[in-house]
Amino acid sequence: MTAKVVTITSGKGGVGKTTAVANLATALAADGQKVVCIDGDIGLRNLDIVLGLENRIVYDVVDVIEGRCRLRQAMIRDKHFENLFLIPAAQTRDKNAVSPSDMVRVCDELRPDHDFILIDSPAGIERGFRNSIAAADKVLVVTNPEVSAVRDADRVVGILEAEEKYAPALILNRLNPAMVKSHDMLSAADVLDLLAIQLIGVVPEDESVIVGSNRGAPVALEPKSRAGQAFRNIAKRLQGQEVPFLDLDKQDGLWGRLQRLTGGRK
Amino acid sequence: MSFFNRMFGNKRSAESAKERLQLVLVHDRTDLTPAELEALKDDLLKAISRHIEIDPEAVQIGLERDGREQRLVADIPLRSVARRRAG
Repeated sequence: MTAKVVTITSGKGGVGKTTAVANLATALAADGQKVVCIDGDIGLRNLDIVLGLENRIVYDVVDVIEGRCRLRQAMIRDKHFENLFLIPAAQTRDKNAVSPSDMVRVCDELRPDHDFILIDSPAGIERGFRNSIAAADKVLVVTNPEVSAVRDADRVVGILEAEEKYAPALILNRLNPAMVKSHDMLSAADVLDLLAIQLIGVVPEDESVIVGSNRGAPVALEPKSRAGQAFRNIAKRLQGQEVPFLDLDKQDGLWGRLQRLTGGRK
Repeated sequence: MSFFNRMFGNKRSAESAKERLQLVLVHDRTDLTPAELEALKDDLLKAISRHIEIDPEAVQIGLERDGREQRLVADIPLRSVARRRAG
């Protein structure tokens, strides 16, 4: 077993990175994959609360790096899946407590015993982002169909492409099909045309995502949630399966085109 | 765009968003501001004019996107030799 390291980043804050990590980790674990997620946002810990594990933290990733505990001691087992673990961010330290080589070392130690290592990157393009991508085999860029989020995503994709090793793919989060239909929101095809990178998933705006965060139970666990379905599909694509894109707005024109663009439909 | 919007020349917001992003991304990616691009165009036209006569009114120079690559595309009509001799 040698884990694939997947970093989830965005440039802009608040587009749904942490929600995406929590849901992808949950969906991968539900598929039987052995998963560990690392909260890379040192000083602003929050993946623990979205996963509902905030009361179980004893050690964090900085404790591991500085040798105050063994890696195993900082790994918190999930409530729903025994094959899912979280390594939380430090809350009281700053991002300078971690270096890119520290992250590579931690990931190398985790690789032999896991299928996936998911890293939740902080917003921005500074130290915390650099740390989070240092060990990545694949980078998922999360954006919203909104001008500032798309612009920041483009900057991040530019930085990743300049380094030529990350193969960035796009998660378009919080798409509102009704607004797209009335031409008051950028469509998935518009965003793909602008960013010109591979698409790995489109997640519809869905109130159940907030309900899931409130409860510390990601919507990927909800069979009926549209967003949950979208995250489950992305998890399958990360495992190398071909899954057709959700028909979010029932307009075959747009989605047919999109699916042809991304190779989803021949 | 709906019939009514076309009637009243009222662009839907998604279209504005896309057009504005197309412009700003080209400049972000090339690290070239619109003012710097204008200066580049002027320099380019001056340099070409030293060698051959061009029609400055018909010149079109701009940045274009091709996937994630940007290119500087120039369409510079030359004045014909006959017209130059006649002129």
